[in-house]
Amino acid sequence: MGRLAVRSVGKKYKIYPNRWGRLLEWVTAERRIAHTPDWVLRGVTFEVSDGECVGIIGMNGAGKSTLLRILTGTTLATEGSFEVSGRVAALLELGLGIHPEFSGWQNATLACQLMGLERAAIEECLPRIQEFSELGRYMDQPVRTYSTGMQVRLAFSIATAVRPDVLIVDEALSVGDVYFQHKSIARIRQFKEQGTTLLFVTHDAAAAKALCDRAILLDRGMVLRDGSPEAVFDYYNAMIAKKESDAEIVQIEGERGRVMTRSGSREAEIVAVDMTDASGGSRRAFAIGETARIHCQIAIRERMASPTVGFLIKDRLGGDVFGSNTFYLDLERRECAPGQELRATFEVVLNLGCGNYSLTVALHTAESHLGRNFDWWDQALVFQIVPNGSFRFTGVAALPTRVTLSPVPGPP
Amino acid sequence: MFANLWRYRSFIFGMVKREFLARYLGSLLGTLWAVISPLAMIFIYTIIFGRVMKAKLVGIDDSMAYGVFLCAGVLTWGTFTEVINRCVTVFIEQANLLKKMSFPRATLPAVVLLSSSVNFAIIFAVLCLFLIVSGRFPGWPLLGFFPILLLQQSFALGLGVCLGVVNVFFRDVGHAIAIVLQFWFWLTPIVYPASILPENVRWMIELNPITRMVISYQDILLHARWPRWQEFGLHAIGAVLALGLGVVAFRRLSGEMVDYL
Repeated sequence: MGRLAVRSVGKKYKIYPNRWGRLLEWVTAERRIAHTPDWVLRGVTFEVSDGECVGIIGMNGAGKSTLLRILTGTTLATEGSFEVSGRVAALLELGLGIHPEFSGWQNATLACQLMGLERAAIEECLPRIQEFSELGRYMDQPVRTYSTGMQVRLAFSIATAVRPDVLIVDEALSVGDVYFQHKSIARIRQFKEQGTTLLFVTHDAAAAKALCDRAILLDRGMVLRDGSPEAVFDYYNAMIAKKESDAEIVQIEGERGRVMTRSGSREAEIVAVDMTDASGGSRRAFAIGETARIHCQIAIRERMASPTVGFLIKDRLGGDVFGSNTFYLDLERRECAPGQELRATFEVVLNLGCGNYSLTVALHTAESHLGRNFDWWDQALVFQIVPNGSFRFTGVAALPTRVTLSPVPGPP
Repeated sequence: MFANLWRYRSFIFGMVKREFLARYLGSLLGTLWAVISPLAMIFIYTIIFGRVMKAKLVGIDDSMAYGVFLCAGVLTWGTFTEVINRCVTVFIEQANLLKKMSFPRATLPAVVLLSSSVNFAIIFAVLCLFLIVSGRFPGWPLLGFFPILLLQQSFALGLGVCLGVVNVFFRDVGHAIAIVLQFWFWLTPIVYPASILPENVRWMIELNPITRMVISYQDILLHARWPRWQEFGLHAIGAVLALGLGVVAFRRLSGEMVDYL
């Protein structure tokens, strides 16, 4: 038996049609059932042996965080059971349940007490927490004055002040500056060498592959794949890339509260924008180097020579990555009558790095919108580039690269 | 559950201490305020009500008597409602902690009880000081306060925990209890002596478990009279039942609670 054994764990949330539903159930001692069950986890079974490091991956809403919350004991499982031996430390979401008015010291003390440490052990831990978090004199300040990064640093330092037998981390590592990320990963690695079992949720394929011995892919509350990190991540990437008109991306649009800006005289108008793969299926996730088609449907409102249609791909920070238009591409212009509809289709090879991008489309007279701008639609849609499994690099541009290594003739 | 409470005692004491200090954080006089506010209350009841408004108790020809009478009821009622009110909201207030850390949830009501006990201890000490200075110290019968207080607070804790866990699921409880406590206050002979009530409504007051307790406090302070213990048999049973109810409600619902915070 290993360090952690999870047996057919399930978690059900009760969805009530209205607020009186639960009261009805209580009053009738649950002889009348008013809720509809929502299983966010079902039949999750796996074992983790001593010192193993397991990454848990899956899309938003796959049940990753719920699983971790059950394992740390903050949420109760509806069915199934799990066993864990040894001391468990957890970093859930952002920070600990830190009290904003108390100072860093007081929070650290309270959290240590919560972890069940004795007074002497706490006394010994506190300086180490200060040292690792590098908060220095900020430890005297109330935690509400801390930046998010500082809170994460404190929380991480507290949770790992004493080497736990099992460490559970929920994406907390992706916050904070790169320096601290490296530092914390180094600490985790050190724990791992000393025999700590590690369980963490991540979206970062690189970190997972570097740290994990194993990955578990959750999808809609069930274990879909359990195996080597490479195999599971490749499966995951294929899964999200294939997902047609990806619901997750739609969610990202909402979550970030993107503001779409549209401007122009509207003598001609873009009525619809879509991205598809070569076979014409609408897609918002593409693998590196995949060919995509950008379709713009245009409605002409007034007589004119056909306008220039252009697109611009921007990275997540809003920097221009690549743009082109019918003028640059030497497309012949022709007369258009009011009421006519046109469809422009760009075929682009997406030699882009992994990440999120936005697509801007525009209609104007000359080569740029400084001529006459008919319609300019910022962030008309967002799409994602996911790894293709073979080409690994960093940055936004995918430049096919070859390398050779040969001995240099030494000095005579 | 109780073994867990003992294991997490350092967290409980830590929370009580922090809570006490946090209240006076950022003030110049600091914990002195813990003494000033009960002092002010006692001053209002005795000097303003007694001396200035000349409110008097029927049958006692003493200008301070009414003030002492008020203190006996109001201060103890205060700690009774403090425990109930805090228990009702404590799980919601500590939602952040409950969602992120794993620890015995029973520590939270324990913190509430301890922390209100500390507050009452200060108030009680100030009251004693006042009684000594004004020459009304009742002597040994004052010890009679504590068993009755124990009953009262057990009752409050049981009721509070039960309402507190239900409040997570139905937030109506929090609103309702505020109103109920107001009615309860006026149905308890705290600002008026029970004797002024007409016979036909007296039974209502007698049904109220706090009535006998408050009358005992008043008797101790005003007449240096020991409580009549034989009157408290039912109260003891009631307090145990209330605690039992709290434990049952807590056991049944505390697991599911986090999902609704």
